[in-house]
Amino acid sequence: MKISEAWLREWANPSINTEELVAQVTMAGLEVDAVEPVAGAFTGVVVGKIVSVAAHPDAEKLRVCQVEGHAEGIKQVVCGAPNAREGLVIPFATIGAKLPGDFKIKKAKLRGVESFGMLCGQTELACGDDDSGLWELPSEAPVGHDLREYLDLDDNILELDLTPNRSDCLSVRGIAREVSVLNTCDYHALKITPVAAQHQEVRSVTLEASAACPRYVGRLINKVNNQAATPTWMVEKLRRAGIASLGPIVDVTNYVLIELGQPMHAFDAEKVQGGITVRLAEPGEKLALLNEQTITLPSNALVIADDEQALAFAGVMGGQASAVNEQTSAILLESAFFEPTAIAGRARNVGLHTDSSHRFERGVDPQLQHQAIERATQLIVDICGGEVGAVFEQVSQEHLPTPATIKLNKQRLARTLGLALPDEDVVRMLTGLGLVLEQETELDWTFIAPSYRFDIAIEADLVEELARLYGYDKLPTRTPQFADELPATPESTVSLRTLAARLVTRGYQEAITYSFVEPKLNAYFAEGASVVTLKNPISADMAEMRTSILPGLVQALQHNVNRQQTRIRLFESGLVFAHDPHASAEKTYPQTRKIAGLLYGAREESSWTQVKRDVDFYDVKGDVEALLAATGNQSAYRFAAAQNAPTYMHPGQTAQVFLDDKLVGFVGALHPTTAKKLGFNKTLFVFELLLDDVLGAAIPAFSPLSKFPAVNRDLAVVVKEDVTAADIEDAIRAAAGEDLKAVTLFDVYAGEGVESGHKSLAYSLVFQRLSETLQDEVIQQAFDNIVKTLNERYGASLR
Amino acid sequence: MENLAELTSEALKLVAGANDLPALDALRVEYLGKKGQITAQLKTLGKLSAEERPAAGAKINEAKVQVQDAINARREALESAAINARLASEALDVTLPGRASESGNLHPVTRTLNRIEDIFTRAGYSVEQGPEVEDDFHNFEALNIPSHHPARAMHDTFYVDDHHVLRTHTSPVQIRTMLNRKGPLKVICPGRVYRCDSDLTHTPMFHQVEGLVVDSDVSFADLKGVVAQFLRTFFEADVPVRFRPSYFPFTEPSAEMDIQCTHCQGKGCRICKKTGWLEVGGCGMVHPNVFKACDMDPETVSGFAFGMGVERLAMLRYGINDLRMFFENDLEFLQQF
Repeated sequence: MKISEAWLREWANPSINTEELVAQVTMAGLEVDAVEPVAGAFTGVVVGKIVSVAAHPDAEKLRVCQVEGHAEGIKQVVCGAPNAREGLVIPFATIGAKLPGDFKIKKAKLRGVESFGMLCGQTELACGDDDSGLWELPSEAPVGHDLREYLDLDDNILELDLTPNRSDCLSVRGIAREVSVLNTCDYHALKITPVAAQHQEVRSVTLEASAACPRYVGRLINKVNNQAATPTWMVEKLRRAGIASLGPIVDVTNYVLIELGQPMHAFDAEKVQGGITVRLAEPGEKLALLNEQTITLPSNALVIADDEQALAFAGVMGGQASAVNEQTSAILLESAFFEPTAIAGRARNVGLHTDSSHRFERGVDPQLQHQAIERATQLIVDICGGEVGAVFEQVSQEHLPTPATIKLNKQRLARTLGLALPDEDVVRMLTGLGLVLEQETELDWTFIAPSYRFDIAIEADLVEELARLYGYDKLPTRTPQFADELPATPESTVSLRTLAARLVTRGYQEAITYSFVEPKLNAYFAEGASVVTLKNPISADMAEMRTSILPGLVQALQHNVNRQQTRIRLFESGLVFAHDPHASAEKTYPQTRKIAGLLYGAREESSWTQVKRDVDFYDVKGDVEALLAATGNQSAYRFAAAQNAPTYMHPGQTAQVFLDDKLVGFVGALHPTTAKKLGFNKTLFVFELLLDDVLGAAIPAFSPLSKFPAVNRDLAVVVKEDVTAADIEDAIRAAAGEDLKAVTLFDVYAGEGVESGHKSLAYSLVFQRLSETLQDEVIQQAFDNIVKTLNERYGASLR
Repeated sequence: MENLAELTSEALKLVAGANDLPALDALRVEYLGKKGQITAQLKTLGKLSAEERPAAGAKINEAKVQVQDAINARREALESAAINARLASEALDVTLPGRASESGNLHPVTRTLNRIEDIFTRAGYSVEQGPEVEDDFHNFEALNIPSHHPARAMHDTFYVDDHHVLRTHTSPVQIRTMLNRKGPLKVICPGRVYRCDSDLTHTPMFHQVEGLVVDSDVSFADLKGVVAQFLRTFFEADVPVRFRPSYFPFTEPSAEMDIQCTHCQGKGCRICKKTGWLEVGGCGMVHPNVFKACDMDPETVSGFAFGMGVERLAMLRYGINDLRMFFENDLEFLQQF
């Protein structure tokens, strides 16, 4: 909310400067976002009047004006503004004036014609945004008077960012009340006296929705002149509140809104057929609003209707059909209280947000309606004249909010703040805010909250008010001493950090990508699963929740490839999302933690020591093996040729990763077709694992060291190409017996010397026994058994 | 015996001319071996009289020693020349770069989160996590934000369906923790959060870390102490911290915490919008309604909670000036952390 500092000081004027005031209210919880001077820094500008205009002899666009306003008499000024005309009252910068930007006005010659000063527009004085021409001042403005003084321009606009609980501060009155308590200074509440009725004409009011609208106050004012000019002081105050002048009647309702915090509405009384009914919108009911938008009213919207139709979207905006205009001669003023929950969200539902809805949904003082209508009546009569009718009202007492009665326990107050405030300070501060002390005992106080404080209902609210007024910074600070239990520290899991460190050591950069991705990209990786779709995505390319981390990594890859990177390793961990519409409410959106990686391009950074080659399957597999080795549990993992690999993966270069018998992920090359569709001309290698599964660690279990020598034997066998190394190794282990300590595959060969369609696998076998030196015969027996088994199972022959 | 002198000088000449170890060894055999020429001289002793023998024998031995010494000296010279030649041939350009084993980096957000977690876990806090698609109850209702509460507008919520949202803060993890574990509690909840907002200073996804302490007698003074101490520890500086009254539905009293601008030391600059202060998060005493929603009795327990934006802290700590870089994952950016 924006308000004029000068206006605020009419109500509460502490003897502190602007800077101090801003700091003070900010530290009291009313955050001042910005302070802007109402006008730029200028001097020597007076109210001037153009007495005559003549064409410039040598320039089509320039006019030669004779201007009144200078103490010495009429001055000649050459002016290029399109609206320069005889009789116009304008800001006149005289010789010696200084305009914003340290621009000095001197005597000048424009195309040969002398000019003694400058006529100004709003932007030239930094007084507004209108740069269409000269700033047209009211015709009754005092010619010759200093402009700053006349318009009270030595003022600042305070822009407050109020939290939603402080609806009581959405007015000059409310902020002034706060300022007066903070400074213990006077609060000049406006004296509002009822305007005597000159006629008794009223309209009937029916509160069909009396819970939503417990009070509706109205008044008819006849014979008003809405063509009268709004006084400059009001236009200026509204301008400083960010509100444009729209004719005197609307201006008055806006003025009362800013001044007192009561949103009001004026109907053209001649366009209201019969009585007023406050009711819920009928199904499909339409309303053409003041902003020229026609909406279908939501079923929970409250409307103000006459005998024929809805006239206004209650608490939000008036309707076009009953709007006041220049011809309006009779008005029906509305000053109502709508329950916050009856307004909350309604405007937002149809894309609206108005000064009125902003206040009603946060809470307007339910005791303010009569004061507001009297204040508005007086202002209207002052400006537009008119015959004032009697105030009429419908009220549903039972639905009006009742002020909260709150007990404040003295001990709890001291305990929560860590400080014992003197009793008299507590009472002074709270009563200053408008609370009424009903009772005080040794243990506690009982206060009644004022009608305008919707946020004060329980004890904690009072504690907050006291903390705030006392000053958060003055409250004590202490380092807490809480009993510490030593936390459980399971060694059977490793942390994500350990895995991440492993990947970082192997050259991976950690990425963090958005959890929502483009549906088209998501589809490549979703495998037809039901995805989680956002109802209100920030944009179409961020509309679906990822089902895999890979789409995000692919996007990051694209970004980097476009930036000429040729060697890319990325990993990311986080949740992926699924949608199971048939599951129970708790399980509709299964969310699983995964860790995924991506390799692309050169194996090594270009270096004089390295052979240049691109990454391949065994690079990415090596990385996954290293990752799993961080758990110390690598022997529990098994890689198998994927039986039904994801369709986006290369069927011949994808391994599924099993932890015991559970499938926990895969590693391999992206399907060349997918890679091509994604715009990559090299092979992408990726892996993705279920994070929570691969965090399981093995606690080391010592096995004794043998004192006896180990024996090495090499074994080379020739098998058909489709026999896997894993099968051969399993068979070797199974056939070798207990003395086999290690098996290492050290060569894989196919080509000359090996039958076509076959390959040779060479293993180094290490035999050792704990209790004795192994005899040759024992090793030979194991070796022969291995060869026999391999031959029987896989047709292997010794090479 | 004249023959011996001749033999000796001939041997010494040949030894001096030997160019490699095998040649030298051949000379040793030729002259000093069992059947060597000088060794053979010993056989001539038999022809001499008993009186002549010792002197002649001594001469022969003298000659043997002389030749052996020459061979040894020559061997040393040859070996040393050989090792010098090898060393010369093996000399490298030691200024060439070493064999690279390039390592990567953690994302600056992770780096920052790790730092925050380290600080708090050392003080006995545990780290809690929860789902990111959250239901209305955990994200709003239990946090004292009923539907249509104006505070919901502050959250710019992404909706998944009528009852599920992308969590707008990590506070639902606090709710889940309180429901599961009751008190006393000291936890922090780091993670991704989502708001439907995107411009220069907002990304639709960002990270928060929230803290929660619940015990029988927790005060606002404790909250101020913990938060201020954390911020000073995190920034490794005795930076002034201030608490400003604010409003969150789930805490009361509520505060926003500011640190003195780390860029201008409070003098006022572009970073702090001339205020001298930087907002780093929100905090407050747990609202009684939140305790009630978690089946805890606000009459007997009290607690505080605080929350901070991780990207914000990372930007201040590492001088990053553009929020959007966090999620572009440009290698040139990632490699800096």
